[in-house]
Parts: sequence; C-alpha cells; structure tokens
Amino acid sequence: MKILAFAEQRNGQFKKTAFEIVKAAKTIADKINAEVVAVVVGNSIASIAARLGGYGAAKVIAIEDARLELYSTTAYSKVVAEIAKQESAEIILLPASELGKDIAPRIAVKLQAGLAAGCTALVVENGTIKATRPVFAGKGLLDVTVTTGTKIFTLRPNVFTAGDSNGSVAEVEIRKIELNETDFSVVVKEVKASGGKKDVAEADIIVSGGRGLKGPEHFTMIEELAGSLGAAVGVSRAVVDAGWRPHDEQVGQTGKTVSPSLYVAVAISGAVQHLAGMSSSKYIVAINKDKDAPIFSVADYGIVGDAFEVVPAITSEIKKMQSK
Amino acid sequence: MKILVFVNHVPDTETKVKVAADGKLIDPAGVNFMLNPYDEIAVEEALKTKQQFTGEVVVCSLGGETNKETLRKALAMGCDKAVLLKDAVIRDSFAVASGLADYAKEYGAEIIFFGKQSIDYDDAQVGGLVAEMLGMPSISVVVKLEIKDGNVVAEREIEGGHEIVHSKLPAVITTQKGLNEPRYPSLKGIMDAKRKPIEEKSIVSVASRVEVSALRQPAAKAPGKIVGTDASAAAELVRLLHEEAKVI
Repeated sequence: MKILAFAEQRNGQFKKTAFEIVKAAKTIADKINAEVVAVVVGNSIASIAARLGGYGAAKVIAIEDARLELYSTTAYSKVVAEIAKQESAEIILLPASELGKDIAPRIAVKLQAGLAAGCTALVVENGTIKATRPVFAGKGLLDVTVTTGTKIFTLRPNVFTAGDSNGSVAEVEIRKIELNETDFSVVVKEVKASGGKKDVAEADIIVSGGRGLKGPEHFTMIEELAGSLGAAVGVSRAVVDAGWRPHDEQVGQTGKTVSPSLYVAVAISGAVQHLAGMSSSKYIVAINKDKDAPIFSVADYGIVGDAFEVVPAITSEIKKMQSK
Repeated sequence: MKILVFVNHVPDTETKVKVAADGKLIDPAGVNFMLNPYDEIAVEEALKTKQQFTGEVVVCSLGGETNKETLRKALAMGCDKAVLLKDAVIRDSFAVASGLADYAKEYGAEIIFFGKQSIDYDDAQVGGLVAEMLGMPSISVVVKLEIKDGNVVAEREIEGGHEIVHSKLPAVITTQKGLNEPRYPSLKGIMDAKRKPIEEKSIVSVASRVEVSALRQPAAKAPGKIVGTDASAAAELVRLLHEEAKVI
C-alpha cells in the first residue's frame, strides 16, 4: 500500500509543512506496512526533492513544468490526483495550508475520496486511521474516520513535528503529466510578498499585541521583542479593526490559525475568537494587567503586570541571555 | 447576472459547546445561531456584484427549518430571493457540497460566493468541492475582487503574502475578511425581507464519506504559573522559557 505525501514548495524551497507531511505519512506507514511516496509540483524542483528521503519518503515524484512555477488551483489538483491514481495511493496527506486547503477538495472529488480537513492528530487503531480535528473554534474536538477507499487528510501546519532529517536520500523520479489549456482555468499571475516580514501562519514563535497597548505607536516594543526572538508579530482582531495593524497579522477567528512552539500574548484579554486561533500553541505566555483576563486560562506562564514595563524588560533579558 | 451566495447557519462564537446525548453532535439547547461571519462577507460581495452588473442575488442554505433565520438576515441585507435546501440530518462537507452543487447547476449560477469557511466545523472545503463538482474555476480566501467582461482578477491571502489570481466566469469565490465591510440590514430591508419568498426544496441524499465517532471537549489546561506581577519577573520568565519549556 502507498501513502502519497504532498510536499509543498514555493520558489524552489520546501515549506516546513513538506517535512511534517512526509514524517506524518511515515509514522502511519510504519503502522500499516505501507510505503511513503512524496510528490512535489513546480518548476526546477527536482534538485531539492531527494531531501524528503530524510523524513521517510521511499521515493519522490517530481512534476516539473514551467507553467507550474506559480500556483494554479486547477492544474495542481489535476497533477496530484493523477499521481495518486498512477500510484494507486489509498491515503493522501496534504498540509492544511492555503494551498493545501485549496486543492484538497478538488482532488477529493476527482478521486471520489472522503476528506478529513485540518487534522491535529492521526492515530492508527486496528488498521484504521482515526483523525482528530478541532471544531467550533477549538471548543470541540471531532474524532472521525474516512469511509471511502481513497482517504484524504489535510494536517494543520506546525502541529505534526518533522524532527531532524536522518540524512537519507530518496530516489527521485521526474514524471510528466499532460496538461492542456483548460487545466489552467485558474492561474496565479503574481505573488506579492508582505515585505519580507515573518508570517504568523509559519512562525515558530509569535509575539502578539492587543488593544491594551492603546495605540499603533506602542507596537514598537512588540516588534523589538519579536525581533529578539526571531518571531513574527501577531495581533488581535480589535487591533486590526482599529486600523492599527494589517489584517494579515491577525490571529484568531477571521484571522489566521496558528500553532507555534511559543505564543506570547501581550495586552490581549483572550476573547474566544482569539483563543480559537492560538490555543493549540505548544507554550503560551500571557502578559496582562487584568488577572482575570481569559488569556490566563490557556497560558502556561503569566505575568500579571503592565505590558509597558514588562515587555521591554523581557526583551533586555533575552538579549542578555543571547549574549552569554 | 445570476448571482448565487451560499450561507450557513452556525452557533454563535460565544457558544459553550455541550455534547449532545449521542456523543457526536453539539447539543443545540440554549445555543444562539447566526449567519456565519465569513458568509456575511460573501453576501455583501454578491450584492456589490449585482450593483455592478444588475441581475439577481439568490441566497441559499442547506439545513433545517431554523436556517430560515439566517436566510431572512441575508434577505434583509438585500438578497432578492432565498432557497432552503431541506435536510434535517447533519452531514459531512461532501454531502453538503453535493446538495449545493445540484442547486447551483439547476439555477444556472454565473458566479457563486461562499464564506472562506464555516465557523462550526471549520472545514474550509465546501467551496472547492462545489467548484470541482460543477467543473468551475474557484478562487479561495479572496480579499480583493474585480470582474470585467467575464474576466476575474482576485487577490487571495496566503502565508507571507498575496497571490494575484486570474480566471473567468462562471466561477466560485470564497471570501475572507478585508474584502468588504458587510452592511447592516436597514429597517426597510428587514421589513422587505418578511415579504420576500423562501423557496423550499428537497435534496438528493448522498452518503457522508467522513464518519464521526465522537465529539469531545478538549481537556482543560492545568492552570499556568504566574511568574510575577511586574518587570522584575522578566528574568525568571526568560529562564523558564529557556530551561523548562526549552522554546527559546
């Protein structure tokens, strides 16, 4: 049996999820006696493909086509579905990234497969994969099984750990899939990067500021703390609604769902909409004046105090630690 | 233009999740339901599209009798007509999408709007499923949309930036916050909505492909450690993050 692992790349670089997906596939494969075949779609990507061997891919299929340099919903989904068919893959894993969430339903329809989306856990019980997915803004967890012959799972980024590569190199096969004009009915023409800043959806550490900071000018100290940690800056909805910061930094419902190793919430009360987007973080630090703020109910460490004094002190302590 | 917008009737964000007796569904007792927030953006965009091209906006929802409240809200915002695809059973995304796709085809929609995800089951998959079932282009997580002479140029939000996406009508668009500011229904809108028709249709039942074995509440987190009450706690916090949590 084969498990197909979709390894997402952009600009010829693997996303962190690529390794997470391959590793998660390998973990399942070991329990059901299956083999992991990874698929990479893009242009000039064959050279990076072999690395996936270090995370458990027995083989990597690279689909190279100049027209696939930029993402196309229709073409990418066709390619992955075709490879799944050619490989007779019974299980397909994709990241629940903006690209993965975009192609997974199309692949599911093409393959007549059931799809469990945004999973945070996969376990094998009696040979069956049981998936867990957060629902109702993280206030519920749904345990599900997919009942079709071909099963698709999308996995929430940053939840499944890839660990380190074991150094193995996978066999890479460059394969051609016929694509015609109609396969490109949706195409990306241009990607606008958000000024090189780290995105909350991909960061390993996030420092977020809330309305308690009283104004956009006070985000300098958030940026400084984030800078000292190599972290992304996040914000609560109130901050975006007030026009202090852009929407692409918003964490929570109507913003982004994140699962970093460390989430520092500064002057954020912790409305349920915010908790929905960050409560699966591995460690949460809350800094808030109000000891009754709901954010403390999910925090591992808290400082009940004035952010304007506490945050600069933390930044200087981190710098002190780093200079040792 | 024939404009279709699909909306979902979802528990209010503030809802406390109580598991129903069957252990698989949410107990609806005491839960306030509302128009899914992302679908509000979809309705607004549908109405703006009508302003640009004339035509009609049909709002459609799949579910039980109570979904009519959400349809009324969309009618009050300005949709012309509502359709309720009646289905008392809660199904997976695939079964829902299949009911919606059948109706979209029957109606002959030229553009279909969805919210980017529904905040109950948070699948974010139904728009893509419907598009593929209809063989239509789709653009998800859209924060900017321009339609001209049947050509669609949209901006979609991705990790670390935005993609500029080109396509053609008919197409499926799923909407993200930032695309527009949904209007509040006017008093006149609310009065008019009472007179607008809600057509009821039955759907061809399709089996779910994802089976729920349990809905659980996440384990409550053990209370965290309050490290201190002022800046003097900073050093201890940094030590804990470095030595105990090992995350920095």
